[in-house]
Amino acid sequence: MGLRSRGRGTGVAAAVAALALVLTACGGSDEEAVTEVAEDAKFAAGTTMAKFNEAGEITIGVKTDQPGIGFLEPGADSPTGFDIEIAKIVAAELGIEPSGIEWKETVSANREPFLQNETVNMVAASYSITDERLELVGQAGPYYVTGQQLLVKKDDTSINGPDDLGGKKVCSVTGSTSIATVEEDYGANPVPFSTYQECVNQLLNASVDAVTTDGAILLGYAAQNPDELKVVGEAFSEERYGLGYTKDDSEFCNFLNETLQKSFDNGSWAAAFEKTLGKAGVETPSPPPLDPCP
Amino acid sequence: MSVLLDNLDVLLAGFRLTVALAAVSAVGALLLGTLIAAMRVSPVPALRAAGGTYVNLARNTPLTLMFAIFVFGLPELGIQASFFVRAVLALTVYTAAFVAESVRSGINAVQAGQVEAARAVGMTFGQTLRLVVLPQAFRSVLPPLASVFIALTKNTSVAAGFGITEAVFRMGGLSRDFPTALFPVFLGVAFGFIILVAVIALFFRFLETRLAVVR
Repeated sequence: MGLRSRGRGTGVAAAVAALALVLTACGGSDEEAVTEVAEDAKFAAGTTMAKFNEAGEITIGVKTDQPGIGFLEPGADSPTGFDIEIAKIVAAELGIEPSGIEWKETVSANREPFLQNETVNMVAASYSITDERLELVGQAGPYYVTGQQLLVKKDDTSINGPDDLGGKKVCSVTGSTSIATVEEDYGANPVPFSTYQECVNQLLNASVDAVTTDGAILLGYAAQNPDELKVVGEAFSEERYGLGYTKDDSEFCNFLNETLQKSFDNGSWAAAFEKTLGKAGVETPSPPPLDPCP
Repeated sequence: MSVLLDNLDVLLAGFRLTVALAAVSAVGALLLGTLIAAMRVSPVPALRAAGGTYVNLARNTPLTLMFAIFVFGLPELGIQASFFVRAVLALTVYTAAFVAESVRSGINAVQAGQVEAARAVGMTFGQTLRLVVLPQAFRSVLPPLASVFIALTKNTSVAAGFGITEAVFRMGGLSRDFPTALFPVFLGVAFGFIILVAVIALFFRFLETRLAVVR
């Protein structure tokens, strides 16, 4: 039955209006490497280094969604960021041109499996050194020490550290340790999202008061948008980024540590920092002391 | 099991939000859905077209996309609302389409003679719908409406990725803090949803018996 006479067929075309959020990424890729490729690199036969040196190529696992650290801009061929520069320094020391590096995206959950089954030869992906990970893989470094910090709007003076977070809306990624810390230890109202970029969007449109995770990741976003965002406060946890390699390859570990030490000493590490994370307007820190190889 | 008991306050806080989201969205969806259904059976062609377009758009949009539109889109338009309000809007707009179609099927099941009789005594379209058709229609669509609201309750979990610390968000937190007790955590949260769904089912069962018409 109907309240009206029948006989009218309805054919309504459905058009779904999707809201495209176009994120303006800051462009400009300076391809200039911070270090020279070692043309005359020589390694003892049979070592991992000799293998990569002869092949002239290496596969490196990196993040592609963290601006300033490891980030692949839409449409770009190769990623950019501090991890990427460090990886290039290592490759250069092996006598490998940047064009000989195959970048492979690793997410947090697949870094150990990728190293174990040699899908990648090395990982430079905001890879914190932890005891649990050291049971599965090797980690040389640290080449950078960061910790949980806060990203806020540039004109916000009410939040200067974690102690100011009581009752504030603080965004981080669902299931991360960072979001638990601000809620349990500092009384913030947690706002969970799936990615850091979504959190930053909510900060930019003033829906949340702060975004929290490793300072290095936040610096990347601040560097991308220095007029509107800033990183505040001392780090309230410690994350030590290392280079992941296949477990028990101590020769390669020694090589990585020597390379990192050399980059600390000759200024290429600082140049890499200034070129990437340093754009957020922070001072270049002094390089961290390296852990000895096992 | 102790994981659940030790963190009962956290879990209950999550489920409180889940229930609040579901309840507010259910009321909104019921009102909006009934209005859309009325539009779809109205004598005005423009209203019929509008109602039909709404159902097609809202029902064919994935819920996650609906959330994205409201959570990311509203601030872009300069509209500030809490994450709770944005989540309620997304769930309401989405669920209203399903409510509308259920109610419309109920309206179509009311015998034509009923409407003709109402018209014959001089009732307007609004009166006919309100006093004669909808009361009978709702009675016949209680079972599908129960399904719609049960689906809505479970759909609230999408909000965990859009700023709401509801039950599934709490499950994520507990599974991170207690990796050795994953199954108790998962099963505990699943059990919470089972209870919610059972309550909805019982409520509708009660309505059915209460409103049953002996023909």
